Amino acid sequence: MDFFLFQIFPYIAIAVFALGSILRFDRDPYSWRSKSSQLLRKKQLIIGSVLFHLGILTILAGHVVGLLTPIAIWDALGVSHGAKQILAMAAGGFAGVFCFIGLVILLHRRLFDPRIRATSSFSDIAVLVLLLVQLCLGMWTITVSMNHLDGHEMVKFMEWAQHIGTFRGGAHEYLLDVALVFKLHITLGMFILFVWPFTRLVHAFSAPVGFIFRPYQVVRKRAK
Amino acid sequence: MKIRAQIGMVMNLDKCIGCHTCSVTCKNVWTSREGMEYAWFNNVETKPGVGFPKEWENQEKWNGGWHRGKNGKIHPKQGGRWRILAKIFGNPDMPEIDDYYEPFTFDYDHLQKAPESKAMPTARPRSLITGQRMEKIKWGPNWEEILGTEFEHRRKDYNFKDMEEEMYGEFENTFMMYLPRICEHCLNPTCVASCPSGSIYKREEDGVVLIDQDKCRGWRMCVSGCPYKKIYYNWKSGKAEKCTLCYPRLENGEPTVCSETCVGRIRYLGVMLYDADRIEEAASIPNEEDLYEAQCDIFLDPHDPEVIAQARKDGIPENWITGAQESPVYKMAMDWKVALPLHPEYRTLPMVWYIPPLSPIQNAVESGKLPLAKNGIMPDLDKMRIPVKYLANLLTAGKEEPVELALKRMMAMRAYMRGVLVEGGENQAILDEVGLTVDLVKDMYKIMALANYEDRYVIPTGHREETLDAYGESGACGFSFGNGCSSHSNSDVELFENPKSWRGPSASGKDNRVNTLFTQGKTSASGKSAGGGCGSGGCGC
Repeated sequence: MDFFLFQIFPYIAIAVFALGSILRFDRDPYSWRSKSSQLLRKKQLIIGSVLFHLGILTILAGHVVGLLTPIAIWDALGVSHGAKQILAMAAGGFAGVFCFIGLVILLHRRLFDPRIRATSSFSDIAVLVLLLVQLCLGMWTITVSMNHLDGHEMVKFMEWAQHIGTFRGGAHEYLLDVALVFKLHITLGMFILFVWPFTRLVHAFSAPVGFIFRPYQVVRKRAK
Repeated sequence: MKIRAQIGMVMNLDKCIGCHTCSVTCKNVWTSREGMEYAWFNNVETKPGVGFPKEWENQEKWNGGWHRGKNGKIHPKQGGRWRILAKIFGNPDMPEIDDYYEPFTFDYDHLQKAPESKAMPTARPRSLITGQRMEKIKWGPNWEEILGTEFEHRRKDYNFKDMEEEMYGEFENTFMMYLPRICEHCLNPTCVASCPSGSIYKREEDGVVLIDQDKCRGWRMCVSGCPYKKIYYNWKSGKAEKCTLCYPRLENGEPTVCSETCVGRIRYLGVMLYDADRIEEAASIPNEEDLYEAQCDIFLDPHDPEVIAQARKDGIPENWITGAQESPVYKMAMDWKVALPLHPEYRTLPMVWYIPPLSPIQNAVESGKLPLAKNGIMPDLDKMRIPVKYLANLLTAGKEEPVELALKRMMAMRAYMRGVLVEGGENQAILDEVGLTVDLVKDMYKIMALANYEDRYVIPTGHREETLDAYGESGACGFSFGNGCSSHSNSDVELFENPKSWRGPSASGKDNRVNTLFTQGKTSASGKSAGGGCGSGGCGC
């Protein structure tokens, strides 16, 4: 089971995540959007959405940098494993609280506002629930991490992620004896990647960074 | 100099009777779809009033249009690029559906199916968003029709700026006019500038501003950027939509639907040539009152040989140059100076212009004839029922002279032609007073008073043959919304949650929901919504 979940399933999830997103972008660009419901109810959305997005983007960046940067680089920088773990726990916990408050506001609005509820698809609600559960699992891991502040557990996850990322076997062996909550968190994370292309989450790919560098006016010529 | 051509529109408010035919035909063609029930690409407002959406003209509230900074540069009033991105998770300047109105229908079917009862059955309203009963409709698309609602609410009209609006709440002094509105297809559109995805663009060949539906991500900054609030967020598809100036019709030389169906013959369509290199300069003029003239300055005289030569060099087709020479829009805006832009102070350089309405002279009833100004030729404009200042706030950023000139020229045309056709005498003095010649006034009369079809719409056809191999198009999908005829939508399961019609007979839990206005995807006995078959819109295949 561990072998499937932590060695096979990540590749399935990543493949679906990448191929699904590319196919959707190519075949169905009309469905590629943020699906904002602000028009129908503005009040809760702004505070909830801002908290949620700032929180989750910070957490996401933390995961990418924290898991995928080779340990050698941290060692070269002179950051001890324990210090890195405490940094991760503090920053993640802080952003997690932001994200949690935002998510709860958004979910409350989606479930109990008649306009939003009536115009929500199954996946709109499911995505919020998935993210909320995943966030709670992630926050729970912080309490578990309190028990081993030297960072050796954290290194296991880094090794696992980097083995997966570089297509090496034996990745799952790093996770055999970690606490159950970590396993759940990772499995659900992979599942979110798995369903990603089929939900509104794809709008994350469209973060409009290019806007900063664009002239204000856009004029299109007829194609010749 | 870089010459571009633009199809502009003029609406003669003096002739608008407020029949809403334009709005209804436009709605039937473009927005009778789920998610767009509340949207009116064309709407007609009764002024004074707060309009649609509420108080759209008040940019202190909505932050639409451009702002001229201390350094003389302009940026969108809602913020420059970084500020716009900072607001992307929640846009504080965007109107809510209640600022437009919650779209509704009525339980018409109940009128037929109600059991026998003592009282007459009624058709009660139902929300088109939630499908639930609405006890009271509090606002609608045309709530202020003919000065509906109390003056306390209507006095918030932004065009009362610098006026003593109290007196116009009194019955004796009250006034009204109609204002039909579509997208302005601006030369310097804020919606385009505000779009983080870069999905909104201006077409080079005819100036139509369009949203690329495949590129729009629903960041909704255009909705707040547009000071005219003429971009609507489709809550179903999650994309922004706007007036297309009926470009598929324009390309064939046909007028827009709103123009074609206008029973008052108030609308004019024609080509304007302008200098694209001077757009920013014109939009950045320091004084708001000068914006009207600044925009006139970048329009080019299509009879000028230099302009013609440069236009040819810039690739403007020959029939577009002749179109510009015969353009009624050019004549009204430039030759006769009777057409004026709508709220030039937003600095977007709008391209739908308006001829201000004449109105009854206040004390004509008492005196039995028109009160004349001191020189005894023209009636006194201060005595007109619609205050000139109000029109100036609407059309020239508060500058009264252009409005006065337009009104005087229209009155002079009437007086002169009345002399020629009825009283049998030509009053040259009245023309001299307003700086018109006999030839000009006869042309004005032909185009503005008679307003024949071919004089109102001078639309050169687009040259699709240069860009399109029509052979491949034969038997293919026609114009459609969204994904149109893309193959995915043939399946019942929407793998990628493509928006499709969901409000079938079962959505409200009641089988008796029918809707006479929005019939698409409704009333299907099979229970399968019709909208899913071809994406979210009509499809020609």
